[in-house]
Amino acid sequence: MRAIDVVGSAIGNSFRSRLRTTLTVLAIFIGAFTLTITNGLGTGINAYITDTVAAIGANDVLTVTKVSADATTTGPQEYSPDQITSGGGAAGGAAGRTTVAAITPADLTTIAAIDGVTSVQPSLSVTPDYVTTGSSKKYRLGLGSFVTGTTLQLSAGAQLDPDSSELQIALPVSFVEPLGFASDADAIGTTVQIGITSASGTQSVIDATVVGVSEAGLGATGNATANTALTTALYDVQSVGRSATAKDSYAQAVVHFDQNASASEVTALQGRFTAAGFTARTVADQIGTFKSVIDAIVLVLNAFAVIALLAASFGIVNTLLMSVQERTREIGLMKAMGMGAGRIFGLFSIEAAFIGFLGSAIGAGIAMIVGTVVSTALSGALFANLPGLTLIAFTPGSIIAIILIVMGIAFLAGTLPAWRAARQDPIESLRYE
Amino acid sequence: MSHPILAAYDLKKSYGRGPNRFDALKGVTLEIFAGESVAIVGKSGSGKSTLMHLLALLDKPSTGTVELGGSDTATLKGKRLNETRNKTFGFVFQQFFLTPGASVLENVVLPLKIAGIGSRSRKVRGHAALDRLELGDKAKSKANALSGGQKQRAVIARALVNDPRIIFADEPTGNLDSATGAIVEDILFGLNREQGITLIIVTHDEDLAARCDRRVYIRDGLVVTEEARVAA
Repeated sequence: MRAIDVVGSAIGNSFRSRLRTTLTVLAIFIGAFTLTITNGLGTGINAYITDTVAAIGANDVLTVTKVSADATTTGPQEYSPDQITSGGGAAGGAAGRTTVAAITPADLTTIAAIDGVTSVQPSLSVTPDYVTTGSSKKYRLGLGSFVTGTTLQLSAGAQLDPDSSELQIALPVSFVEPLGFASDADAIGTTVQIGITSASGTQSVIDATVVGVSEAGLGATGNATANTALTTALYDVQSVGRSATAKDSYAQAVVHFDQNASASEVTALQGRFTAAGFTARTVADQIGTFKSVIDAIVLVLNAFAVIALLAASFGIVNTLLMSVQERTREIGLMKAMGMGAGRIFGLFSIEAAFIGFLGSAIGAGIAMIVGTVVSTALSGALFANLPGLTLIAFTPGSIIAIILIVMGIAFLAGTLPAWRAARQDPIESLRYE
Repeated sequence: MSHPILAAYDLKKSYGRGPNRFDALKGVTLEIFAGESVAIVGKSGSGKSTLMHLLALLDKPSTGTVELGGSDTATLKGKRLNETRNKTFGFVFQQFFLTPGASVLENVVLPLKIAGIGSRSRKVRGHAALDRLELGDKAKSKANALSGGQKQRAVIARALVNDPRIIFADEPTGNLDSATGAIVEDILFGLNREQGITLIIVTHDEDLAARCDRRVYIRDGLVVTEEARVAA
């Protein structure tokens, strides 16, 4: 028997008992549908996180903090005047508040000397009081400093220019309306006033040009972003009245390294920082926590889908065993007519794989339709404040992989009945009444 | 008539072991020549079906040899055994063994499908075989829509479609009324006469056996008598 005839007969046979095949396909459908949806959920959320990585920080950047002398002890830490309390702030950094030792100009020199570091900048922590257009009310403003290589997700305007001497700011989209702008685009190019209080207690106002309006995302949660010139200007004002030492103490520094560095090179670089008494974290480290949580959830959901598929595979075993029973005489006849055991095996296992294909293709197809509809509906309602989030996304690769995996499971389920059919004795089968 | 087309020498076949041992055949020697029609006659349990299974290479004898065209078939294994069975033998069973849901044509071309013949050629040869048995107009009907006689004709068409040298018929008229049975007999003997196909009929029906060139009576696993048809 030709291979094509084996496949053709197998497909034909699966339609012989329509109700039974339909029910089996339905069981597989449920498993494949669930697997597709849960996978799509993982793909969608992880794609969103990857997209927002650009807003959190650049790929060639390490956030460096100095390890406090007693940072490793558990329990209360001893107070030291050199310690700086850094809160999440700027680059979406550490969760909660951690006490780290201050980075001094001497430390910056040490860092710059570490092999693999192309540049080092202290990250200036500025806490402005308010922002206003002059005619609008004053609104409290959180400010993150802009790190070279970062890409903001903009709804209007352009990216900040880190090298410009112009004082630039990118406002979050939520500030547009309160500040009295008609639209996001309307805000671009206008000048806003930022109020800031110095260490000595006097409040000053600095003018900045709005060059962009940033969308809210995981990376930039309601904070405005300033370019280097504006950050420096604000820092200078803020530091009036502080001692030179205090002014030159920083919570963290931003280090750039070779953009083409491989993962292992980055790990080696981080090792050198650790040896020198610093903690260096890449964006991937900061984001990795998010991703591993998502991956773990998706894994658990996938496990449920696979359990459903396993249950369905017993349905296949059952269906095909009944078919083998029903077709005993036919199998005997085919064997008597010279059909080899291998072909008989193929006939039944391909039928199983075909049933698997039907279930998974229909399941994946409908899951894609339902997933797309649901995620479109949700992104307009529940997740309206997370623009760019496609909750359930599908990649052709994962859909094909799901179909192949389900077909593989079905094929395995089919081997028991197929093996039974293949080793049937033609004489016994023909005697069967 | 130099070599027999199919021959059995001292065939023994037993099932089971020890006290449960059952000897179905106790040493049967039989030579069948090309173009002959031979009836293997015996009551149920006589061993006639076992003999047919051994001759048709569906089973292996415990001892003794089956020769096909002068060569020992014990050497045939796996694929070659299947091919030999497919190309040399046609089967007609009392129970028809037609797939009910499939069309008559699909049923008839099954041996060709197993032989690996392309679908176009299958169709042509299937129609030709059906036409010979005057079932051409039923090609597209479902097998279970046929009457008993039509079913048995479809089964003969299936046995014929691959141009076999030998047709085994196991009680071919057992499920048919006498009028229909007579028609089926005529067809089988016509094929034997006109196309020289060797016919081996297993039956307990004396009238059917009487129409064969030769009758081999089997009882308790042994050939009791062999008689040629009295020349008319």
